[in-house]
Amino acid sequence: MSEAMISIEGLSKSYGTTQALRGVSFEVPRGQVVGFLGPNGAGKTTAMRILAGYALPTAGTAKVAGIDVVLNSLASRRMIGYLPENNPLYEEMMVLDFLAFVAQVRGIAPAEQRQRIKNAVDHCGLKSVISKDIGQLSKGFRQRVGLAQAIIHDPDLLILDEPTSGLDPNQIVEIRHLIKELGQQKTVILSTHILSEVQSTCSRVLIINEGKLVADDSPERLVLGEGGTIHVVLTSRLGNALQAAEVQSILAHIPGVSSVETAEAEGAGTLGFALGYGKEDPRRALFEAAVKNGLLLLEVRRKHVSLEETFRKLTAGEGAPSGPSAEAA
Amino acid sequence: MSTALAVARREFKTFFQSPIAYIVIGVFLLVTGWLYFSTLFLGGTASLRSFFGFAPVLFVVFAPAVTMRLLAEERKSGTLELLLSMPIKDWEVVIGKFTAALAMVAVGLLWTLPYPLSVSSLIARGVSFDWGPVLGGYFGLLLLASSFLALGLWASALSRNQIVGFIIGLLLCFAFYFVDKFAFLLPSSLGEILQFLSVDYHFENIARGVFDTRDVLFYLSLTTAGLMLTTRSLAAARQ
Repeated sequence: MSEAMISIEGLSKSYGTTQALRGVSFEVPRGQVVGFLGPNGAGKTTAMRILAGYALPTAGTAKVAGIDVVLNSLASRRMIGYLPENNPLYEEMMVLDFLAFVAQVRGIAPAEQRQRIKNAVDHCGLKSVISKDIGQLSKGFRQRVGLAQAIIHDPDLLILDEPTSGLDPNQIVEIRHLIKELGQQKTVILSTHILSEVQSTCSRVLIINEGKLVADDSPERLVLGEGGTIHVVLTSRLGNALQAAEVQSILAHIPGVSSVETAEAEGAGTLGFALGYGKEDPRRALFEAAVKNGLLLLEVRRKHVSLEETFRKLTAGEGAPSGPSAEAA
Repeated sequence: MSTALAVARREFKTFFQSPIAYIVIGVFLLVTGWLYFSTLFLGGTASLRSFFGFAPVLFVVFAPAVTMRLLAEERKSGTLELLLSMPIKDWEVVIGKFTAALAMVAVGLLWTLPYPLSVSSLIARGVSFDWGPVLGGYFGLLLLASSFLALGLWASALSRNQIVGFIIGLLLCFAFYFVDKFAFLLPSSLGEILQFLSVDYHFENIARGVFDTRDVLFYLSLTTAGLMLTTRSLAAARQ
């Protein structure tokens, strides 16, 4: 099947005068795990709600495996497992009763229900709490219940809206592990604030800001070519004192270096600088310049721009929807 | 339809697991029991007429109390999003909730059966107790309850706040109860229209033992209208 699992085209949604989505388009092939990033209020939840068949778009189309989520809502909803934001659950129900209820509403044949519930319980590690009220569970277990209801009907597509929010670091690792495991068989689209989560679980990142898609790439490629900083510590080859201003001007003239700032040195006779660079890697030129000017490089430490920095750059300038970051997409 | 049934079962079970069920039904029985037996021996007739006389006005209060949380709570806690993203049609959700509410009221009414049973045993030897109006009365009460519950359910769909849902439901039910109470002051043509809109007027017909399809149709249309409005409000809640 070459059909894309998700295809969204020109999706817009407005609530009164506020525009939550402004013409978002993307496709997700079958089997991909996609991270959906964006600041609060960027439109992540709205896009996921539309995809899940809960909210209706103002304009544009969204299709799940070729099925339109508006025109053929029930059919598309059958293919989706959805974990809404804040993981709402029926607090007063027992875990088992709740999963049985979901299985019934999901239209799973009565003969099959037991097995499906058992699978979901095993998969999400809920065996120990199966006869407890959901209201009594810890946040980590609640999240597992939310995931269990989302996978009980073995859907092709999982939509997870902030699956790890509010969990402690151990629980986050557990849930992430679970998502990774699910991602081996299913298409997953998940939204999050935690950027390291995207790097560890997703093969693709969509960054959305003020209702528009501003980036769409793999987490590695997204930070690649964005440059970074090189931290250098140098000293004089001949042992004489170094003039900071002089060295700074030498470094500033190296091709590829966009900025030079003084940084921590390593004691007397040494100087430290932080060199900013863009797309071009200046290390080779740096080395040659050092030799030519009688400088000895004691340390060269390169740091790529992190996803955090890329994210901040792409989503900066709130209130200026037509800023350079938005156009870059 | 089986999905609607799943919703109804869940709602019914939840209702009887919560204290609200016992409070609502308990208070209902207390009030009806007191009102009924305090006047029974003054009237001197072995019938349920007085019970069926005040039951409609009690339902004005109790029906919205049963329905107030059915949709408001789902909206407030966010579970509505979970439910409406499952493969279930909006009207199936509404029918499920309504069926559960009607079943709850039926359970409450079941506990009033000792009234006719005890009265029928008080009757003089050789005279038979007239069960006709009793059965008609119960049938009418269920019809009346279903129209009030449909209105109450709509009220519950309008707000995320249960109390607001209760008050709107109470006002709606009260309006349909009260509409003909001052009809005698108006020209007779207008009065008749108001009378036709009155939930109480149709109930009196049925409780007298007069079976008229117009009365039944009135309740069924009011119920249908309420459920359709609920479905519309639910669709509007999909933001």
